[in-house]
Amino acid sequence: MTVSAPLPHDAAALHVTGRARYVDDIPTPAGTLHLAFGLARIARGHITAMDLAPVRAAPDVVAVLAASDLARDADTSPSAHDEPLLSDGSVHFHGQPVFLVIATSHLLARRAARMAEISYAEETPILSIEEALAADARFEEGPRVHAKGDAAAAIAGAAHRVEGQIEIGGQEHFYLEGQAALALPQEDGDMVVHASTQHPSEVQHKVAHALGRPMHAVRVETRRMGGAFGGKESQANVPAIACAVAADMLGRPCKMRYDRDDDMAITGKRHDFRITYRAGFDGEGRISGVEFVQYTRCGWSQDLSLPVADRAMLHADNAYHLPAARIESHRLRTNTASATAFRGFGGPQGMLGIERVLDHIAHHLGADPLVIRQRNFYAASERGGLSAPRPSAPPEDTSGKKKYQTTPYGQQVEDFILHEMTEALVASSDYHARGEAVAKWNAANPVLKKGIALTPVKFGISFTLTHLNQAGALVHVYQDGSVHLNHGGTEMGQGLFQKVAQVAAARFGLETEAIRITATDTAKVPNTSATAASSGSDLNGMAVKAACDTIRERMEWFLSEYYQHPADEVIFEGGQVRLGAHSLSFEAAAKLAYEHRISLSSTGFYKTPKLAWDRVKGAGRPFFYFAYGVAVTEVVIDRLSGENRILRADILHDAGASLNPALDIGQVEGGYVQGAGWLTTEELVWDKAGRLSTHAPSTYKIPACSDRPDIFNVALWDAQNREDTIYRSKAVGEPPFMLGISAFLALSDAIAACGESYPALDAPATAEQVFAAIQRQKNGV
Amino acid sequence: MNITFLLNGETVALQDAAPTQTLLDWLRETRGLTGTKEGCNEGDCGACTVLVTDKNGTRALNACILFLPQLHGRALRTVEGISGPDGALHPVQSAMIEHHGSQCGFCTPGFIASMAAAHLNCETDHDRTLAGNLCRCTGYAPIIRAAKAAEKAPVPGWMMQDRQMLNDPDFFLPEISSGGAKGRGADSPPSPLRPKTTDELACYYAQNPDAALIAGATDIGLWVTKGLRDIAKPVFLADCTDLQQININKDHIRIGAGVTMSRMHDLMRDHHPSYAAMIRRYGSEQVRNAATLGGNIANGSPIGDNPPALIALGATLHLRRGETQRAIPLEAFFLEYGKQDRAPGEFVEAVSIPRAPDRLRCYKLSKRFDQDISAVCGCFNITVEGGKVASARIAFGGMAGTPKHASHVEAALIGQDWGEATVRAAAPAWAQDFQPLSDMRASGGYRLSAARNMLMRYFLEDRGAGVCLHEVTA
Repeated sequence: MTVSAPLPHDAAALHVTGRARYVDDIPTPAGTLHLAFGLARIARGHITAMDLAPVRAAPDVVAVLAASDLARDADTSPSAHDEPLLSDGSVHFHGQPVFLVIATSHLLARRAARMAEISYAEETPILSIEEALAADARFEEGPRVHAKGDAAAAIAGAAHRVEGQIEIGGQEHFYLEGQAALALPQEDGDMVVHASTQHPSEVQHKVAHALGRPMHAVRVETRRMGGAFGGKESQANVPAIACAVAADMLGRPCKMRYDRDDDMAITGKRHDFRITYRAGFDGEGRISGVEFVQYTRCGWSQDLSLPVADRAMLHADNAYHLPAARIESHRLRTNTASATAFRGFGGPQGMLGIERVLDHIAHHLGADPLVIRQRNFYAASERGGLSAPRPSAPPEDTSGKKKYQTTPYGQQVEDFILHEMTEALVASSDYHARGEAVAKWNAANPVLKKGIALTPVKFGISFTLTHLNQAGALVHVYQDGSVHLNHGGTEMGQGLFQKVAQVAAARFGLETEAIRITATDTAKVPNTSATAASSGSDLNGMAVKAACDTIRERMEWFLSEYYQHPADEVIFEGGQVRLGAHSLSFEAAAKLAYEHRISLSSTGFYKTPKLAWDRVKGAGRPFFYFAYGVAVTEVVIDRLSGENRILRADILHDAGASLNPALDIGQVEGGYVQGAGWLTTEELVWDKAGRLSTHAPSTYKIPACSDRPDIFNVALWDAQNREDTIYRSKAVGEPPFMLGISAFLALSDAIAACGESYPALDAPATAEQVFAAIQRQKNGV
Repeated sequence: MNITFLLNGETVALQDAAPTQTLLDWLRETRGLTGTKEGCNEGDCGACTVLVTDKNGTRALNACILFLPQLHGRALRTVEGISGPDGALHPVQSAMIEHHGSQCGFCTPGFIASMAAAHLNCETDHDRTLAGNLCRCTGYAPIIRAAKAAEKAPVPGWMMQDRQMLNDPDFFLPEISSGGAKGRGADSPPSPLRPKTTDELACYYAQNPDAALIAGATDIGLWVTKGLRDIAKPVFLADCTDLQQININKDHIRIGAGVTMSRMHDLMRDHHPSYAAMIRRYGSEQVRNAATLGGNIANGSPIGDNPPALIALGATLHLRRGETQRAIPLEAFFLEYGKQDRAPGEFVEAVSIPRAPDRLRCYKLSKRFDQDISAVCGCFNITVEGGKVASARIAFGGMAGTPKHASHVEAALIGQDWGEATVRAAAPAWAQDFQPLSDMRASGGYRLSAARNMLMRYFLEDRGAGVCLHEVTA
């Protein structure tokens, strides 16, 4: 069976030989032109004069376009129609595209783009959370609030209370392949666009809008991306629209790829947050009530900030049952690049808030944070596993139906498996003995201090905009038995194509070699959702299964007639089709079916069941299910400098019944390191004028090879999804990212060993942040 | 200008090549070899890594900041040439597939090139050889598993071919002029100089002080790829072999300006291991294979890592203009931010270090351990006699507009008991020596505190206390 086999990525052999083609590698027709943006050099104000003559006069420049040169409104926003391709005269952030240069080469376009003379009337930019609050610069009319019970009363009545605040920095995606698009004008005004995008349908929609054409005139193709992580969900619209508009105007192919520094200046990043909290709890650390206020800088345009901020609220509980909770969310408008989707989509920030609270409570009580976490876990699902003490099983109501604990937004937590997973990881990681060893080390070492932390992840799976939870597929079986597979999901490295091919191969009883995975193409599968929210294999796997099964049923029906054998006894296995005594190769079966005029092509469609979500009320079931994970990280810090290092990480992650354990473990390892990077070395710095100072890898430091944990044990929790997903697997793209929180709290634990007070560490915990937290310690030892 | 080199085993002869076209652009845009990727265009991500072989061996280099003339007479191998002519995979390629070492695949060709170079050179310190290759997907674990798995596999025959061909007396390498000659077209500029001797360089540069001296191009490369500048008179030093010499006598080590940081690393391993350990964190393998000691000094950066170490060692800088040579203490070279004691047409010829028992410790503080520019680089060389500080040479990068001596701190130490009380008593002197700036790498306050603590670290280390983060295990 191909499903659950640890097969390599479908393009692995192409990757390692350099033959995998990305947008910038596609051979271009003669006469292809290259684009570059001229960027605003202030963060807020108006353009008072713009002299583009020197740009036009630069060598080999074919055209230069400002907003006024565009025939139509070219909006790039995925949400609110508030992002013109080029500045309309007002400037909202440092790095905003102001004009577009079209030249005969990438380098010449970039050179020319620097030659404009632009005068501005500058205004004071709104950069910080304080400035945005003071100016009441926000999206939506006021803060959103989710409330469950009376949190303030619960906190007031509690025996113990903590309160505090955490600053959580943003994160640059740093996909290795920058934004790129290639537009090829066709006859009669049609346009073909090759885009490095997670959302070809959105690019199609926005390009069609910018060209004033119906969507049927635009075809968008995406074979693969060189990484995306959310950064090509909406941000990819911009270069694609620019190319299409220029190609349409000039009648020549146009290509654009951002230079890295431009990419980092122009594109949005993970939202940074400030979260303030108050919690009330008993002497055992059981929480009775929590209040959070989440402030986030959304940047200048709405982009995806509302659902990102929503998801931060929806993960303010993480794995913990909060009897009373109030979560207030402020979506602030600032003169910075518009913050956008990034793996976890607000979930990581919300989750870090509650993990900080649990850590703070444990410190307050002088208890092991693990025990405090376990005491506050949601009640176990009925499918318990190991037999350690845990909250009693959910009571049954009179109807005999289980009643589950609910999240602050009212969803019942029906599938909670973290009790068993945590126990298993505590054992496999030797957590308790290592905790003692850490304490012993710290008593003996004045300079180097160790820390250890275990944190869980419970991540909601589904788009919170319910209608996005749909997918389509197109499958052809050719008369030689080879299978052409297409679906609406995009490949950004996560191995989606391979997983879905394994599903198709399993449905037909073939090896994956018989399945050809083809580029995502809006002309093959229409109206697709972004490959985002970890939904790729859940949605597209099911759609592909539906398409395959339609074809298989036709073949079964036909073959049963042909051989006069019951249709329900037709078996597709090992490249053969068997009907009792009759057996023929899949190839022969396909040929026979073709010759008997049986359709061997089908679409497939899927929509996620059980979802009912009222976004404004903040109530209902936004998620089909939850994916879980748990991690233990051990770190060491240097008191003299704040330098720090991850020594060991142990992870147990829930991918349901994995479609491909090798690819899933890859997501877990990569997600953890990316999450740890977010909270440690990856620091975004803006200067006083609102210019991003860390706009290149020389200054913005993602984890390098030696930053991975020295010891890195990753295992999958092998259990079926209780919901009916594709082969009972679970989504795995985003959840492991949040396992990196354990590294952050291990650092906090090590800092706590330097004194008596709660470290109140801010993120990212750069050496400087760690050093500052050590200095704040009272009675440092 | 005319350039001849081997590309994946085939001879390529370019006529009138633009001297500052990058190898990466040429590969991708002219040759259609798109396996080599552009990730950052500044030598920081390694997606463009290629293998370059010359008589000294095979090195991994970043193609994005490598100018075509630097390849002349050498053999280039790109990812397309790492698998065999019949399509057979290199062991590192097979291992990367087997161990799931690629996800999005965009960084992968660069990793393959670095891994193949390490494999060829029998290097197994993968954290070092891969520090210059960024991957955003995998978390590196499967890549390291692949690199380890391939260690023992024999080097495929085709990977030996470049060395064999370069050593083959029949290998056709047209004699090239060292430059200055007119280009072929009447209007084309004179061909850039490619001096073969320091004398030739000195003579030309004295007469053409506006020329740009290019050794590894790890800095000047960015003038082109990021600054988008024209380099009017490039001078390529790759074949100026007498500038690349290391001479050791009983009193001094004299290091030519053209010595790469990789060679500097190997040299210092024997003499000042702490300096070598710092160089191990200087840029990346690809950068160290190109960057030169002379370049790191001559560009006058306040955050170059070599000057503080060399100042602490009491190094002498050898400068030359035409026939005139002079020697100055290295610290005297750095006058103020952006200004050095270097006359037009004068260049750094060598550095010499007095030989002495090793008391040097170098502390590099940066946001990321590997391949990061120092926020603070502190180098300490303190000798103790009879329990008292006999001499102290302390120098810093990242603390001022130039690499700078901590003269007040030194004064506060010399003659005092070598003890914790002296280290603490020296605390006020730090602010007299340094008023560091705040920038995206660190705040001024943190820089000052961290610098001060480096002296404590030196003291504790001298006493044998465990203060090295990187020696700790779980």
